[in-house]
Amino acid sequence: MRTTPLTAIGLAGVAVLALTSCSAGGGGDDGPVTITYTNFISNGGNEENLQAIVDAFEAENPDITVDVTTLPYGDYGTALQTDLAAGTASDVFDIEYTNFAQYQANGVLAELEVDDPGVYRGSVLEAYQTDGAQFALPSSFSTVVLYFNRDLFDAAGLEYPSSDWTWAEEQAAAEALTDQAAGVWGDHQPVSFYEYYKVLAQNGGDFLDESGTNVAFNSPEGIEAAKWLVEKSGTVMPTIEEGQGTPDFDTNLFTEGKLAMLHSGIWVFGTVADVPFGWDIAVEPGNTEQASALFSNAVGVSADSEHIAEATKFAEFLTSSEIMVDTRLESGWELPAISDEAELSGYLELGDPENRQAVFDSLDGVALPPVVAEGQQEMQDIMTEELVEAQAGRKSVEDALASAEERINAAIGG
Amino acid sequence: MSVITTPPAAIPIVAESPATRRALRPRRRRGIRHTLVVVAFLLPSALPLVFFVLGPMVAAAVISLTEWNLLAPAEWVGLDNYANLLGDPATWAVFAHTLYYIAGYLPLVYFGGLALALALNTALKGRSLLRGVYFLPVVTSWIVVAIVWRWLLNPSNGIVNATLATFGIDGPGWWTDPAWAMPSIILASAWKDLGFVMVILLAGLQAIDPELVDAAKVDGAGWWRRLVSVVMPLLSPSTFFVVVISLINGFQVFDQVYAMTGGGPGGATQVVVQQVYDLTFRYGSAGEASALSWLLFLVILAVTVMQVRGQRKWVNYA
Repeated sequence: MRTTPLTAIGLAGVAVLALTSCSAGGGGDDGPVTITYTNFISNGGNEENLQAIVDAFEAENPDITVDVTTLPYGDYGTALQTDLAAGTASDVFDIEYTNFAQYQANGVLAELEVDDPGVYRGSVLEAYQTDGAQFALPSSFSTVVLYFNRDLFDAAGLEYPSSDWTWAEEQAAAEALTDQAAGVWGDHQPVSFYEYYKVLAQNGGDFLDESGTNVAFNSPEGIEAAKWLVEKSGTVMPTIEEGQGTPDFDTNLFTEGKLAMLHSGIWVFGTVADVPFGWDIAVEPGNTEQASALFSNAVGVSADSEHIAEATKFAEFLTSSEIMVDTRLESGWELPAISDEAELSGYLELGDPENRQAVFDSLDGVALPPVVAEGQQEMQDIMTEELVEAQAGRKSVEDALASAEERINAAIGG
Repeated sequence: MSVITTPPAAIPIVAESPATRRALRPRRRRGIRHTLVVVAFLLPSALPLVFFVLGPMVAAAVISLTEWNLLAPAEWVGLDNYANLLGDPATWAVFAHTLYYIAGYLPLVYFGGLALALALNTALKGRSLLRGVYFLPVVTSWIVVAIVWRWLLNPSNGIVNATLATFGIDGPGWWTDPAWAMPSIILASAWKDLGFVMVILLAGLQAIDPELVDAAKVDGAGWWRRLVSVVMPLLSPSTFFVVVISLINGFQVFDQVYAMTGGGPGGATQVVVQQVYDLTFRYGSAGEASALSWLLFLVILAVTVMQVRGQRKWVNYA
């Protein structure tokens, strides 16, 4: 290429950009420090609650200022990956349990020295360890439970769901409560990866085999579990054409009083709180065993952070301080992952739903999402796509699982 | 993405006749002062081009030779990504879906825009208002348009199916049915871009010397004959421009797919750029995604070069 004045200017410009981006940052003296925190956990209603926790931290640590950025959950993953790739990630950032292994394996998380690991709920804390070292701190946990509309059950003269229900009882109630002419549906459960690994566990099946690089769900248990999910559609649950699967469709249907039972996370307590009918929750019914989905969010500290000590201090405060516990319980935000049951007892008295004990009972049998070292998102997407193919009737359940098996094995097989 | 994305190749889209080209050729040896003035005038558009188009293109070329998940350092793999892509049926599928989109979109948007331009080139009352109305979707955000169209085409309670139902027609599943999802996207895209095509063709129509049309009229040519034998040949430079731009935009279709179907249902609307996005941000294969971008660029370049070559046969710069 001939060097014209224009290209010379262009090249000079590129060089300037490159240099300025390299020299950003610096510092490192002991004066006041500003750390950054990017989160999705407070988006959609808990921004002020997060700010209250941050204010308390800054009051206790006058030398540390925390700069908070809040992003919607839907954009968060893309934004975080872009920031990590560009080297502009915040000092502290949110991660989810399903992404932890991938982030840890790629070395973007700093190892954390935790002052008092005892304050955390052991099982949740361990989920964020690799070879005994801590790489993230759990900020909350939540479970999925069965919501039900008491008024619809009363009108039909049916008994409320209880924590010892099985699929058969749920199925019978769902059929009895569905009144398509009136637009009332008996049941709603998403047809997706996140439901499937759980119902698989409820039916005694495994998602992955022992090697961890091959799936094991194409089994009689797996087929039965998939049928349990997809065959609700069009019988006791609306079809895709009727809107099933679009965001908030299920919650809206429930709050409009047109859905008798809803499988959803405890994070929608707030959304459901003001409905004009009676409602409560129960532990999700299992089939051969009980298995509830446990979700957990955590905060990690960037391995590239220049203030790892301050960032860790904030991460600990954010996940274990008393003000955090109080704020979360008062506002009905997701539960803090702390070990002190007594502190959580207030949660049981908050009412609506009355049976908050079910949240803790659901922890007795927990199904964690399958995690693979490579191809996690692809595995999840393929599973959901194939299940929806079966739901829409374009494939048989058997064909969909066989196809999912083949495609996922190719994606995660190293 | 705006409607007019920068064509990846610096190809003169509206070519000048040899005579104008000769007239515009700069005389040599103007001196450094002249060069600086020219550069100063070019900078405002050249700088963004360098930083936001050429820079990323070069970067993508380098990344396409590596395996990179955005998190760990990139690893040099040479041409492996290209080899993987060419051997992967998914690559052929996304190109096939993109061609399907273009095959539906291009005729619809061109003939729709032409019909509008012809109608609004008459002495119709309120035509300025109508011109504005038809151009409105062009300057509307794709996300807004996609949400409105998803709602219109909602299989269970959308206006389109409700209207069809009053005529006793059982409307299709639109974006929930793999067979109808791409037609849904084509329909929304053509509707949105209609105004852009209309404006370009309208300008072309107004540049046609009315005397030529009148002469044909005097010779006894009817409306159709005048359109086919006089108007269309004289409109060919505008047609050429619209087709080239629409094809380039068609190959890069993304926003509407991302917002309306996300590539579903069952991958039926997974187009090339959606695949690039998914590979980068969902599946941690930024290297493969960059390679796919370059393959797409080469395809667009080849198609555009063929068009520019081919234009000599049918474009009339009278």
